[in-house]
Amino acid sequence: MNNKLHTTDLNLYFGQRHTLKNVNIGIPEKKIVAMIGPSGCGKTTLLRTFNRMHDLVHDVKITGDVKIEDLDIYGGSVPVTTIRRRIGMVFQKPNPFPKSIFDNIAYGLKLNKTPKDEVREIVEQSLKESALWEEVKNDLNKPANRLSGGQQQRLCIARTIAVKPEVILMDEPCSALDPISTAKVEELMLQLKKNYTIVVVTHNMQQAQRVADEIAFMYMGELLEYGPNQKIFHSPEKEMTRNYVSGHFG
Amino acid sequence: MKKQKKHIGGWILLLGSTILICTFLVNIIFHLFSKGIPVLSWDFIFGYPTDGMTKGGIFPAIIGTIMVTLITTVFAVPFGICCALYLNEYAGESTLTGTIRASIRNLSGIPSIIYGLFGLALFVQSLKLGTSMLSAGLTLGLLSLPYIITTTEESLKRVPNSTREAALALGATQFESIRDFVIPQAMPGIITGIVLTIARVAGETAPILFTGVAFYITGIPGSVKQEFMALPYHLYMLSTQHQSIETVRPLAYGTVTVLILIIFLMNLVAFYIRYKFRENE
Repeated sequence: MNNKLHTTDLNLYFGQRHTLKNVNIGIPEKKIVAMIGPSGCGKTTLLRTFNRMHDLVHDVKITGDVKIEDLDIYGGSVPVTTIRRRIGMVFQKPNPFPKSIFDNIAYGLKLNKTPKDEVREIVEQSLKESALWEEVKNDLNKPANRLSGGQQQRLCIARTIAVKPEVILMDEPCSALDPISTAKVEELMLQLKKNYTIVVVTHNMQQAQRVADEIAFMYMGELLEYGPNQKIFHSPEKEMTRNYVSGHFG
Repeated sequence: MKKQKKHIGGWILLLGSTILICTFLVNIIFHLFSKGIPVLSWDFIFGYPTDGMTKGGIFPAIIGTIMVTLITTVFAVPFGICCALYLNEYAGESTLTGTIRASIRNLSGIPSIIYGLFGLALFVQSLKLGTSMLSAGLTLGLLSLPYIITTTEESLKRVPNSTREAALALGATQFESIRDFVIPQAMPGIITGIVLTIARVAGETAPILFTGVAFYITGIPGSVKQEFMALPYHLYMLSTQHQSIETVRPLAYGTVTVLILIIFLMNLVAFYIRYKFRENE
């Protein structure tokens, strides 16, 4: 199996707090990996390590390797902006820019210096890929914050895929959405898997079970167990994993 | 029932305080305007002082105040905004930035006469700018910097982090995320802070006293290196320093009315800008 992303002996500290402990994980290409675990276990921290979202935090210390294919993400051989274009991110709370629907998607293209005559087509393509086109095709100039929460989140996904990343990181993308919007986003994730590698943090066991190929269970900053969906849910090796996925704690 | 009574007591206290303060304010403004407005005329606003300042208008003082305020703005706004951007977006939390912030807060509490003396030492003497409009404008700029920095930083803080992260995650540099999203979103707050600050310093007397303001000049200064007349100083002079205070009393009321109207106008501009930006959101 080809690993798109992998970490070797990754440790992360916020000041004195040891938040990630010796994490070794490989994310296979064009699969969905779900990261589960109780609040504060480090799953979001790990996710944000992949696209260097901790860069703005001043007392953070990271040791070990994080790589996308053979490129060391923290190596400094390419600028952080290049890495973030290869590894996109969708956030917990939909955070569209206070601009029109069209401009939300066009912004990333502008950063990439995409020729103007291609922008319109890519915007349309991205909205189609994120299953939002039919709902907004007549309102592209409407402010994005007039959309519903679920539509906003799909717009954020469209904005992310418009710049053609290889990996999409999703940080609890459905936690602010109603069940119908959630179902739409999950369906979309399964569609996107054909072209993108997806890592999703979720608190929702059923969601992990429905969409993930591989599941990583994290606890107290450690990657406790990592394996195929079926195995984690039906025959986990560790007692702790069994207790968590069956809802005994969390 | 007892709790409800307590509640009413508090309510009366709050309402009472508000009414008391408003009474003072309305009283002062009514007093000033009732004596000042009759003095206002075309000749008063666009005329020069004549007959040992017992007659004529205050045109040079109006122009002087406007010009020195412009110099202050040109000097203080870019520096203030850049400083706030550095502190809030780039510097992070450390002992150094903590010290810088504390110093800025303390600077805003320093009496304005000290700024005046400092401006005299630095701009007038050390930098050899002389007692001039430039020295006075720069001194007022120093006075306004702490306020501009603090209000700008507060506006930047109100921009949620999710906005910055959204841009960064698409591959924007930190500079691009600040230029394209953080500053536009913070703009209404920044502009309001600037206008209110400038309106405040436009009425200051002490900082310009030693640095450039003149008792009387015959014309409008043609260069920033010249001395100038200003409304607050003109008022101070008419009401305490003139040889026949009783004769010029109406002129003093007229001057104060013009000064207050200019400051009101600036505050109104601030409210209008904030309203306009809110509407666009």
